[in-house]
Amino acid sequence: MKRIVLPLSDEAARELRAGESVSISGTIYTARDCAHKKIFALLDANEPLPFPLENAIIYYAGPCPAPAGKASGSCGPTTSARMNVFAPRLLGLGLRGMIGKGEMSEETRQAIVRRGGVYFAAIGGAGAFYGNAVKKSECVAFPELLSEAVYRFEVEDFPAVVAIDSRGDTVYPKR
Amino acid sequence: MRTMNTSEISACVYRLARRAGLSLTDDCRNALRLACSRETGAAKFALDTLLENETIARRESMPVCQDTGMAVVMIELGQDVRLVGAPLSEAVDDGVRRAYADGCFRKSICDPLTRVNTGDNTPAHLHVDLIAGDRVKIAFLPKGFGSENMSSLTMLTPAEGTDGVCRCIVETVKRAGSRPCPPVIVGVGVGGSFDGCALLAKRALLREIGVRHIREDVAELERRALNEINALGIGAQGFGGAVTALDVLCEIAPTHIAGLPVAVNIQCHCMRREKEEL
Repeated sequence: MKRIVLPLSDEAARELRAGESVSISGTIYTARDCAHKKIFALLDANEPLPFPLENAIIYYAGPCPAPAGKASGSCGPTTSARMNVFAPRLLGLGLRGMIGKGEMSEETRQAIVRRGGVYFAAIGGAGAFYGNAVKKSECVAFPELLSEAVYRFEVEDFPAVVAIDSRGDTVYPKR
Repeated sequence: MRTMNTSEISACVYRLARRAGLSLTDDCRNALRLACSRETGAAKFALDTLLENETIARRESMPVCQDTGMAVVMIELGQDVRLVGAPLSEAVDDGVRRAYADGCFRKSICDPLTRVNTGDNTPAHLHVDLIAGDRVKIAFLPKGFGSENMSSLTMLTPAEGTDGVCRCIVETVKRAGSRPCPPVIVGVGVGGSFDGCALLAKRALLREIGVRHIREDVAELERRALNEINALGIGAQGFGGAVTALDVLCEIAPTHIAGLPVAVNIQCHCMRREKEEL
């Protein structure tokens, strides 16, 4: 399994190939439906974002509360397709990529190519496994959204599959 | 007449919810193991990860999936039971509330328009059926919405017949593609009314994987739909493979001469269900 340390350089992102399994370590930010809406409202109002988009990786996820002694509760990926309406604009603003589960749209795929970005598919349903890969967690925005808030995660050995690479190739078979 | 305080039901819902969140059902785990032995590449990687995930979840008492779901509670209430204490729906919600707080489960229920979270995963989605006798049977199904979102309800015409029903099931799974966390379990309702049909599909998910319907024509529909779904090649997580569905479970009910309702309720591979009889 290929080991990846975030943040990804242009070069490192372009070396990733759809279908390869990777193990990710570094900083990622959780955001799902409601957090994206709030981020878009901030962008529209020209207000600062809770985290720098440049080179960031967004994890489409909403964790369970952390039990005593752990940084995070269970925290697997949510369905990425719901974020197709958000991803292209964020990639255009410097986002390096996303982690989620399931296919994304043609529009998102093209935005990834333009950015030289990447979309990783984590394994949906592996909540406890991914919860354990989170070593530090801090809520950085929208705490009122509970599990839908933005959390900054430090992850170690977080397994995923390169689902869409910077050339636009995907892991998903054509149907 | 048997008298039961609804606090007993509340305690039962609490136990079922706590247990359900932490492990897959035995039939689901076995089906995933079998699927894993049939796959290679990324699909095998996904299935291996899922089996390891469940071991971690049980060992560390962590929810097997972070989507601890909408709490679907189905109660069969003996008509010779007299309930006393808090109203039944309040008792059920109380069990859910305490289980989700104590278990560090995610609270996933919100207002549909404002999206404000209720904060305690209530209200539960409660169905009650009156049955003969003085027993109370409770089933708990935490339903994740990655898969629920991919479900469908179609009012076919009688002319479309069994072929139409099968096509409808397969099309729903095909349209869902990689999104609902395949390999999925497909609950199907055929017949009844618009709302009754959807409930049949949900009830079908309470059945054990691999056990065919008692009626041979329905069993044949289940087998046929499963074969056609697995021929789609979607595979675990959509990575491609031989196993797109672990099973198709179909329930039927009489319908109107003008109609043929079909509901397809998609369940992800994280099948959690617990039952108890009081």
